[in-house]
Amino acid sequence: MSFASAQFLAFFAVLFVLYYLIPRRHQWKLLLVGSVFFYFFAGWYCLVYIGVTAVTTWLAARKIGALQARQDAWLRERREELNKEARKARKAADKKVRWRWALGSMLLNFGILAVVKYTDFVLGSVNGVLSAAGAGTQLPLANLVLPMGISFYTFQSMGYLIDVYWGKYPPERSLGRFALFVTFFPQLIQGPISRYNDLSQTLYAEHRWDSRQIAMGGMRALWGLGKKLIIADRLAIPLRELTAAPEEYAGLYVLAVMFLYAVQLYADFTGGIDITIGVAQMLGVKVTENFERPFFSKNIAEYWRRWHITMGTWFRDYVFYPLSVSKGVLKLHQKARARLGEAGKRVSVYLCTMILWFVTGLWHGASWNFIVWGLLNGVVILVSQECEPLYARFHGRFPGLKGTFGYRLFEVGRTFVLMSAIRVLDVYRDVPLTFRQVGTVFTSFRPSVLWDGSFLELGLSAGDWLIAALGAAALVVCSLLGRREPVRQRLVRRPSLAWGGCAALVVCMVIFGVYGIGFDATQFIYNQF
Amino acid sequence: MRKKLIFTGVLWCVLLAVALWLLNALFMPKYMSEIPEGALIAEYYNETADHDVVFIGDCEVYENFSPDVLWREYGITSYIRGSAQQLIWQSYYLMEETLKYETPKVMVFNVLSMQYGEPQSEAYNRLNLDGMRLSPQKLAAVEASMTEEESMLSYLFPLLRYHTRWSELTAEDVKYMFHRDPVSDSGYLMNVEVRPAENVPEGAPLADYQFAEVCYDYLDKMVELCENHGVELVLIKAPSLYPYWYGQWEEQMEDYAAEKGLKYINFLELIDEAGLDFSTDTYDHGLHLNLYGAEKLSHWFGSWLRENCPQVADRRGEEPYETVWNEKSEAYAQRKAQLEAAWAAEQKEEPEA
Repeated sequence: MSFASAQFLAFFAVLFVLYYLIPRRHQWKLLLVGSVFFYFFAGWYCLVYIGVTAVTTWLAARKIGALQARQDAWLRERREELNKEARKARKAADKKVRWRWALGSMLLNFGILAVVKYTDFVLGSVNGVLSAAGAGTQLPLANLVLPMGISFYTFQSMGYLIDVYWGKYPPERSLGRFALFVTFFPQLIQGPISRYNDLSQTLYAEHRWDSRQIAMGGMRALWGLGKKLIIADRLAIPLRELTAAPEEYAGLYVLAVMFLYAVQLYADFTGGIDITIGVAQMLGVKVTENFERPFFSKNIAEYWRRWHITMGTWFRDYVFYPLSVSKGVLKLHQKARARLGEAGKRVSVYLCTMILWFVTGLWHGASWNFIVWGLLNGVVILVSQECEPLYARFHGRFPGLKGTFGYRLFEVGRTFVLMSAIRVLDVYRDVPLTFRQVGTVFTSFRPSVLWDGSFLELGLSAGDWLIAALGAAALVVCSLLGRREPVRQRLVRRPSLAWGGCAALVVCMVIFGVYGIGFDATQFIYNQF
Repeated sequence: MRKKLIFTGVLWCVLLAVALWLLNALFMPKYMSEIPEGALIAEYYNETADHDVVFIGDCEVYENFSPDVLWREYGITSYIRGSAQQLIWQSYYLMEETLKYETPKVMVFNVLSMQYGEPQSEAYNRLNLDGMRLSPQKLAAVEASMTEEESMLSYLFPLLRYHTRWSELTAEDVKYMFHRDPVSDSGYLMNVEVRPAENVPEGAPLADYQFAEVCYDYLDKMVELCENHGVELVLIKAPSLYPYWYGQWEEQMEDYAAEKGLKYINFLELIDEAGLDFSTDTYDHGLHLNLYGAEKLSHWFGSWLRENCPQVADRRGEEPYETVWNEKSEAYAQRKAQLEAAWAAEQKEEPEA
């Protein structure tokens, strides 16, 4: 059930009405039932996967919590009789047991994710090697069906488990409540990857009708739907054409793919997240923000702090930091420093950064495109860090430049172009083709396609291009207007303007939205991750 | 704050609903200057007097029979509820809907659609169903007709289907937002052009000549419906030379009619008796009759009705029929004169045509 479908609209309308009609203490139960129903639409077998994750994670977390409580009680009882070493030894022994429970659950759940998502990738890669080696045999592909949102709910559940293991908060006692945390329907399709201590604040609370919050949520969901239907799905049409026959569309077309895909992905992903957050807000639930005007970032590191924030912080907290302080890496750090001196300090940082970006790439998809995409991000971030002294020297020579509007614009433009260029790996069939296509920008650049009508043969009329351009301009304007305070927050203070704006947006969506017969309704791009 | 928000919300929702209603009227195809077949179904609702004979079916009824001839020569009031590639379930629900408005003495159903056991094309569905007024019959017809890609919602709110017309709207869309000019004469779509039928191909052999079960089910329902309303159902196969009407199909229809005690006329076997000449009486090489052919066929059929269906009365001199049909005849004659003049002009420009 896509957010951009009549079924979802009907499903949410019924759920919304019931939610505010039933006794408030049962609201979270209704959300659980609704979420299971929503997930059932993706296929009953998906419920088995998500059910296994929810139950095993809940059980492991409960066990870890019980072990921790038992240890605390044991230590309390023997406070007087135990010395520091004995206490430490007991803690270490208990920690090992708790770790085994956490590890067992992680192996199971990441294992499920790995099997369903990466089996064919591994088999395909082995087949590639076999055929390169001239072997006549090929391994058959498993063709496993990927359950909806598996990357999102697995990461969300494992984040919770690790937090419980670290003792950040006690485990959730109720399986039903935990199941709701895992299956909460607005964020099943494409995240964000919520943290239990954030989401649980409002997810299980009793919610009264709050016109202001409902209006704010509704406006946000509507805005997200508009982004998806008017901009993202419109730009998907020429992108499909441009990438389906790459040999016909080289040179300047590849630049077009870079920038059109950047806008499409932004409209699609932020549109989906707007619907998620808006829908949740209408139910009184606060979902973590996932974007902070990323295309206004001045460098790539900042960009990644503002784009898909919950994924970035997940990898930072559960991969990068633990890896950086792991025994192996600390040993490597010491050895490298001893052998290479000052420069050796960076070896462990390089290693951790590249591992982080490798798994980030892998998380996005089971293909070499995503792995290379992730590694390229890591390389660019490290190169930027290494170039910092150069920048400092440059700015020392031109001290007045850094704060100027023009320079800021240059930085924003540079980051946008760089990110768009790296992201082009998402759209072409394989890595060699992507590099070949990018190469044609320098060898077959034909600017005449811009004005000879070629772009009108990509499935969009001049009017459609104009609408896409106006839509993209509206995104920029709204981002700028929303720097201090979200636009809808200002609108809600002036009901007439708010309702008028929503009515105008509905009309625009109905007329200019890309949907219905003749259009292949596109899923949200991040749905596939 | 809360009251103001809700009040403003209700106000804007009303405004939005009005705006969407207006947009719906604007974006719906009007079928005035192009594809007039699309306007046929809705035209029925403008009728002011009831009819003794109602034709139901595809292009083989709305191109081949002239209600004006039936009136002028026999005093028979009739209407054609025909539309392009009308499928049998669409015919059934149109029949059911027609019986909500009036109870004719005879329903004439053209059996060509027995060959289609599955929904065919969205484009034809739209031509046939968009014009129907919202009713249980329309919903059932849509449900039975939808191809895989279609949705009921887009029939309830056609703007969802036609929103892509924003770049092709014309002055005609504005002019005909709330009314249409008549494109037919009591459902008859007049054509005066002449394109002789030459070398009409034989039908290609089929793997299976058996009509689908679902078609028989709807035909049974038609029989039952007419019986329940005291209406005589007459089955016909119009004299169109193409699409080819197979002998095996004919046998099945004859058997069915005999089994149900229905009258069945295959006009393909009566071409000479009706005086049809396919060198002058067709406008598209034998697929459909032109005005002259339709008038000849109607002359024959009027006589047949007079003889075989005595319940169909001669309404000449009877009000309101006399007034209504005199006006219709006038409009018919005018349209005929206009089309003949246009065709003659076209012939002058392209004598070889």
